[in-house]
Amino acid sequence: MLHRPKTLLCFSLALAFGVSLLAPQLNPYHLDVLLTIGINIVLAVSLNLVNGYTGQFSLGHAGFMAVGAYASAAFTLFAAPRWFPDANFLVTSACFFVALLLGGLASAGAGVIVGAPSLRLKGDYLAIVTLGFGEIIRVIFRNVDALGGALGLNGIPFHTNFFWVSFWGLITIYMVLALVNSSFGRGFLAVRDDEIAAEAMGINTTQYKIIAFVVSAFFAGIAGGLYAHLKSSIDPKGFDFMRSIEIVVMVILGGMANTRGVIMAAVILTLLPEILCPIAEYRMVIYSLLLIILMLTRPQGLFSFRIRPHPSHSA
Amino acid sequence: MNSTLLLNLQNCTIRFGGLTAVSELNFQIHENELVGLIGPNGAGKTTVFNLITGVYQPTSGRIEFDGKSISNLRPYQITAHGIARTFQNIRLFPSLTVFDNVRVAFHLHLLSGVNHAWWRGASFAKEEQDISDKVIELLRLFNLEQHRNTHSKNLPYGDQRRLEIVRALATRPKILLLDEPAAGMNPTEKIELMNLIQFVKDKFNISVLLVEHDMQVVMGICERIVVLDYGLKIAEGAPEQIRSNPKVIEAYLGE
Amino acid sequence: MDGIYDSQGGIRSNFHIILFSSNSPANLCRVTEFFQQIINGLSLGAIYALIALGYTMVYGVLRFINFAHSDIFMVGAFSGYFFSRFFPSESIFGGISVVFLSMLVCAFLGMLIERVAYRPLRGSSKLNVLITAIGVSMFLEYSFQVKLTKPLSFPVLFPTMSFTLPGGIILSSTQVLVFVMTLLLLIALQYIVLYTKMGTAMRAVSFNPMAASLVGINNDAVISFTFGLGSALAAAGGILYSLNYPSIEPLMGVLPGLKAFVAAVLGGIGNIPGAALGGLLLGVIETFVNGSRYSTYTDAIAFTLLIIILIFRPSGLLGKVTVEKV
Repeated sequence: MLHRPKTLLCFSLALAFGVSLLAPQLNPYHLDVLLTIGINIVLAVSLNLVNGYTGQFSLGHAGFMAVGAYASAAFTLFAAPRWFPDANFLVTSACFFVALLLGGLASAGAGVIVGAPSLRLKGDYLAIVTLGFGEIIRVIFRNVDALGGALGLNGIPFHTNFFWVSFWGLITIYMVLALVNSSFGRGFLAVRDDEIAAEAMGINTTQYKIIAFVVSAFFAGIAGGLYAHLKSSIDPKGFDFMRSIEIVVMVILGGMANTRGVIMAAVILTLLPEILCPIAEYRMVIYSLLLIILMLTRPQGLFSFRIRPHPSHSA
Repeated sequence: MNSTLLLNLQNCTIRFGGLTAVSELNFQIHENELVGLIGPNGAGKTTVFNLITGVYQPTSGRIEFDGKSISNLRPYQITAHGIARTFQNIRLFPSLTVFDNVRVAFHLHLLSGVNHAWWRGASFAKEEQDISDKVIELLRLFNLEQHRNTHSKNLPYGDQRRLEIVRALATRPKILLLDEPAAGMNPTEKIELMNLIQFVKDKFNISVLLVEHDMQVVMGICERIVVLDYGLKIAEGAPEQIRSNPKVIEAYLGE
Repeated sequence: MDGIYDSQGGIRSNFHIILFSSNSPANLCRVTEFFQQIINGLSLGAIYALIALGYTMVYGVLRFINFAHSDIFMVGAFSGYFFSRFFPSESIFGGISVVFLSMLVCAFLGMLIERVAYRPLRGSSKLNVLITAIGVSMFLEYSFQVKLTKPLSFPVLFPTMSFTLPGGIILSSTQVLVFVMTLLLLIALQYIVLYTKMGTAMRAVSFNPMAASLVGINNDAVISFTFGLGSALAAAGGILYSLNYPSIEPLMGVLPGLKAFVAAVLGGIGNIPGAALGGLLLGVIETFVNGSRYSTYTDAIAFTLLIIILIFRPSGLLGKVTVEKV
């Protein structure tokens, strides 16, 4: 798909850094929307690995996001000030990077715990179990007083900026695309197409599913960390199953296993409620109606116009 | 039949609830042998396949391959031992291209994993190129190269059957199990298929176990035939012996 | 909204009838509490069961989770609120009429949703239907939210009183109503499914839709009927629930709906007695957890139970194990 993916990634990262120098010129509302779009891209592209490429229907992405958000916020609030009391810009940035990584790793760990038992299940059952896990994670956070209980964590510093969001957005897209566009990664699609045939071809389907789950959970955790440091306060309510649904809708409208489409869907679906803001009362009604109409008229997703043949020498 | 023993089923039985699908089955396949497994509808032929490939586990009995027990392994582990199969109702990866269908089957011999795919170093690039060459070579051998970018669901039926065999061969098996490969084929295609099976066996130097309804195909190419009826082995022998075996005739024609 | 009985929950007593004199010794206290919890749990569970039946029946014929079902439950409660204005409150006749009318409205709504949103997607991927169902669910919730910014107080439909059983166990008339109504509806449902032509057709479609249409069954009509039936039961559940927790709001269906779905899976999805059993079981377990010191984890119980059952017995308590054909 990409001939020199690593070069392209480095180039985009440099570009993102350049653009991020201009970001402070934006008005705060526009910047907030832009960063939310970026976070949603991370969420949707990572979920696409599980739901789109591997064909496992997960409805628990918000739960993983919550784990990442709490872990990284806890690090920033409790650990970083104690270890680095007088922090300059570089130290703060490094701390934030570590906080995000911690969030991602915690979430990936949760991905193993959730994934290992539930991946024996298929279709609707997996969907409902992942949904259940998401809710359980939420109830647990509600009960941990050290993490603020039902009120959540407040006063998280605003570390999320254009650079970090585009950095992680690009990394997520690269990781997912590089993975599925390799001989090893074609196994994910094989698992999606026919599990029994995939096993018969020597593919350990459980291993593939767990890899997909863990990678996807890792990036959901990163997105959670970015979200926490953008909104400055998080509580268990913000990670309910409607949040998971929102991300799933992005994946499906974008066209399953179509990363480009999923990115576009993430952009449009984040903007849509903002555009509908003038009719605030009705905006969610319209959102849901559009969802139904789109599903009825374009069930293959908004952006899947044709099936692209994969070049045989893709690397 | 004096060559090495490859696959050895010993007293294999499988029950589903009260139904005994296969009962006390014994048979062997040796290296570079072409064996046919026949029997009337519902005799348990496909169940035997599923037992050997680990889709089902035997209720009792033992399956050995190359001297090692494979009775309780998962399907992908059994494939790794060197048993590959096709399916009665074609099971390709429909949304993958012909090329990718075969590429996926190289999985067992892949050195690079997740990290390599992300890092994309020189060894990764070399291996991808290697696999690509091997896939193309295989496709060329079976006249499928012109379809390499076609999605396998859009392939003509006969080509889909052939692609399934190619895909199974890509796992580098020692024994290939073919589940009714002639189903839905006309007489010309059947003759082509017979030639193909013979070609595969000689070219790749492997054993073939063939489940088939079509007597013409089975009698035409198999060196030895095992006959199942109601999960029991009722006969085993060379084609001409089977043809005249009264038990077999009774099973097929009824009393 | 979390839908849990507290110790006094759901009892609005105008009259208090002591059926038997209860001079229970102190050591009976725990036993009393135990049975009290069982009764509270069963009456919560009966409501779960009513909702679960709709999930299970729709799953039976269409093999998909109707996410909008929990909102039909909510619409049932609101239409009960609406109809209650036209009937005398606290009367058996008025109460039954309100329940009946709401069931009718919801049956119609369920069939309408199926016709408009699900039927055009018949045969397309399961995920699409699931997302459409989620869309319908959001549509119902948000349309109600446009006009309703705060919860409404549900009227008293039936005469209320409470009975004290031996041992000091208190049984409210609402609980009796829940038991009686659930039982009657279950019997009616069982009759419809087992002894009517439509019920036979339903079973045929759920067994094999293709074969059913080959023998002349109109699958569309059967599916439509199934939606109607399930939605009517959800409406009844919605009203009974609101009699116990009289504050109704547009999102009231979400959590009970999810839990009822869990109940359906618990009993073995697609299995009608299983849904009833799953509902009762879930209600009792939740009530006990809520009475213990782990009460803040009550909402997680249903899902934990779900995960355990799916891992160890994916076909549910009463479901049949199916083997995939290769």
